[in-house]
Amino acid sequence: MPAKIVFHAKIESVSILDEQGNFDAKLGKDVIPDTDVVRLYEHMTICRQFDEVAFKLQRSGRMGTYPENRGQEAVSLGAVYALHPDDWLVPCYRENCGLFWRGLPMEYILLHWMGDERGNEIPRDLYMTPQAIPIGTQMLHAVGLAWAGKYRKKDSIACAFFGDGATSEGDCHEALNFAANLDLPVVFVCQNNGWAISVPTKMQCSAPTLAQRGLAYGMECVQCDGNDIFAMAKVVGEAAERARRDHRPTFIEALTYRLGDHTTADDARRYRDEAELKKWLKRDPLIRIRTYLQQRKLFDDSREKALQARAREEVAAAVKRAEEIAAPTSSDMFDWLYAEMPGELATQRATLRTSGLGQDPSQLQEQSPAPSRNP
Amino acid sequence: MANLTLVQAINLALIQEMEKDDSVIILGQDVGVNGGVFRVTEGLFKRFGPERVVDTPLAESGIIGTSIGLAMAGLRPVPEIQFEGFLAPAYDQLCTHAARMRTRTRSMFTVPITCRVPVGGGIHAPELHSDSPEAIYAHQPGLKVVMPASPYDAKGLLISAIRDPDPVIFFEPKRLYRAFREEVPEDEYTVEIGKARIVVEGNDVTLISWGAPVVQCMNAIDSSHHSIELIDLRSICPLDTETIVESVRKTGRAVIVHEAPRNCGLGAEIASRIMEHCFLYLEAPIQRVTGFDTVMPYYKLEQEYLPEAHRISAALEEVIAYGTATGLGSAG
Ligand SMILES: Cc1ncc(C[n+]2csc(CCOP(=O)(O)OP(=O)(O)O)c2C)c(N)n1
Ligand SMILES: [Mg+2]
Repeated sequence: MPAKIVFHAKIESVSILDEQGNFDAKLGKDVIPDTDVVRLYEHMTICRQFDEVAFKLQRSGRMGTYPENRGQEAVSLGAVYALHPDDWLVPCYRENCGLFWRGLPMEYILLHWMGDERGNEIPRDLYMTPQAIPIGTQMLHAVGLAWAGKYRKKDSIACAFFGDGATSEGDCHEALNFAANLDLPVVFVCQNNGWAISVPTKMQCSAPTLAQRGLAYGMECVQCDGNDIFAMAKVVGEAAERARRDHRPTFIEALTYRLGDHTTADDARRYRDEAELKKWLKRDPLIRIRTYLQQRKLFDDSREKALQARAREEVAAAVKRAEEIAAPTSSDMFDWLYAEMPGELATQRATLRTSGLGQDPSQLQEQSPAPSRNP
Repeated sequence: MANLTLVQAINLALIQEMEKDDSVIILGQDVGVNGGVFRVTEGLFKRFGPERVVDTPLAESGIIGTSIGLAMAGLRPVPEIQFEGFLAPAYDQLCTHAARMRTRTRSMFTVPITCRVPVGGGIHAPELHSDSPEAIYAHQPGLKVVMPASPYDAKGLLISAIRDPDPVIFFEPKRLYRAFREEVPEDEYTVEIGKARIVVEGNDVTLISWGAPVVQCMNAIDSSHHSIELIDLRSICPLDTETIVESVRKTGRAVIVHEAPRNCGLGAEIASRIMEHCFLYLEAPIQRVTGFDTVMPYYKLEQEYLPEAHRISAALEEVIAYGTATGLGSAG
């Protein structure tokens, strides 16, 4: 008996506004109204300025290691734009643009990379978790957050962001499997930026697309141009609707590119072809959205000039706010460990010592020495 | 002899062992073309090719789990985990398989892997890039755990680790990677696993440490007028009880210094062994100068967390003052 085909699959790739500025009017109809396109462009420009300033802060010793977001702004921005304000955002560290759109003050991200935990003290009503440093781990939290929403019969869903590298971690696969089999409202947004530090995406995935990872878990999956804010908003909007309506997860592969080094501690010239970078510089998400606006006379040079000035001002003000916050005191590392501080920890906090005599110098007076065998 | 940093000494040891034995292969994240994020494997990809220096998918459990298989088939893999904070996903493979394979199979299978891991704080790194989890792995029977504090020891210990028939976690204190240079013989040599090194001889107190805090101990000794003996353990498991006991029997006093939190840290184990073997020789309670029992804070507070020289000096003064006529108060 000949083998039967029991499964057929196809993967769609969605693009609406391409790198030349060509706009697919049919696909792009009603995705983002023009007034919003202007606001999104302005926001993206400010985020680009933020990124450049953050980079310089690290270079001048005013901040620790920083992962540039440059070139990937449209992914998180398009996604957050398409979500509700109480949908959970579960980011890693290249989603500044979307987080700022949701309302995270820029100095939080600066504080985090300045080595100050207060950068993670994110107001609850922003519905976002702190940046995840251990790769892929946050995806499971997104599944749990979505699960709680479903349990409480809320309308809210969760959106997890992660890189191409993250798709190799076991946690990623567990998250996809849980979400699919427990019918949970999660949108998985994979930022495929071509690299996991120096390792190209093909070392994480031998299939032609990362999107098809979703197929194996029995969930909807789609690829899209991650540098196209319209495509992002559209696919995330559809995935969010599916999540809300059917409690079904979606795996989205957003094709984008890391225009900078992995972080300020990295030097991509060691492993990356300059020609590849040049190609992607032309696909910068900012360029095409500016072209879109100019073609429709929604933006002009004088507004651009004013926007640049505003971006410089807003970012400078955020840097000022971050740098003006007084350094944390040593008690800070003890105070947030438990709801109630155990006694021994309180002693360490009060004395800043771990040695018994340091914690309790009165022993120095009280004790007479034990009989010694030493002369 | 060449004047090498710790990074260069490790690099040299890897090259020499790979030249000598084609069963030695390297695998991990960014270890190939990029030469590792700390450049420890710099040049090895070019020299030994992509079959022996392998960039893997981004999965720590995968790196250690496949290393176990490679080792069971007779190879000597040297996997790298990029930072100690990311050992956690590999914990399962290390503790449930690597550590137990020999026992489970009565030596029919063995797991001679050397898992290299940058460790510890002090370099202003982001969160989960500054922890000191050595006690967690020392607690797992079946694993060996070492941590060199000098380029010379790094080379000799790494060669021993690679040749060791059992799994070794080789922690590399990143704060010392490029902190200083030292004469390192070009010729191959080994530093025995399980043997401590007496760095400075003295009679008043025994100071015991390993990894980056060894340098802080040296600083504390430099600023003290007492006669202090400094022991660098080098091996955390197995522990060189003999060297510790001999020293404390001589000095009657001991201060243990480690970066990891105090609670259930190696300091507790060492203090117990001293107590068990030196009870009547002790002239003061054993002191521990360690990280606090907190999560390793972000880098703005790491200096306050780490057992820096001033805290070590204070403990030395106190432990010497204890029971002596002067009744000296707290020194800091
Ligand atoms: C569990 C874990 N392993 C290793 C690292 C070190 N590391 C930080 S970022 C990174 C690459 C991540 O690549 P990807 O998921 O594609 O995200 P990208 O940085 O490209 O946005 C690695 C290996 C880490 N942070 N966490
Ligand atoms: Mg990536």
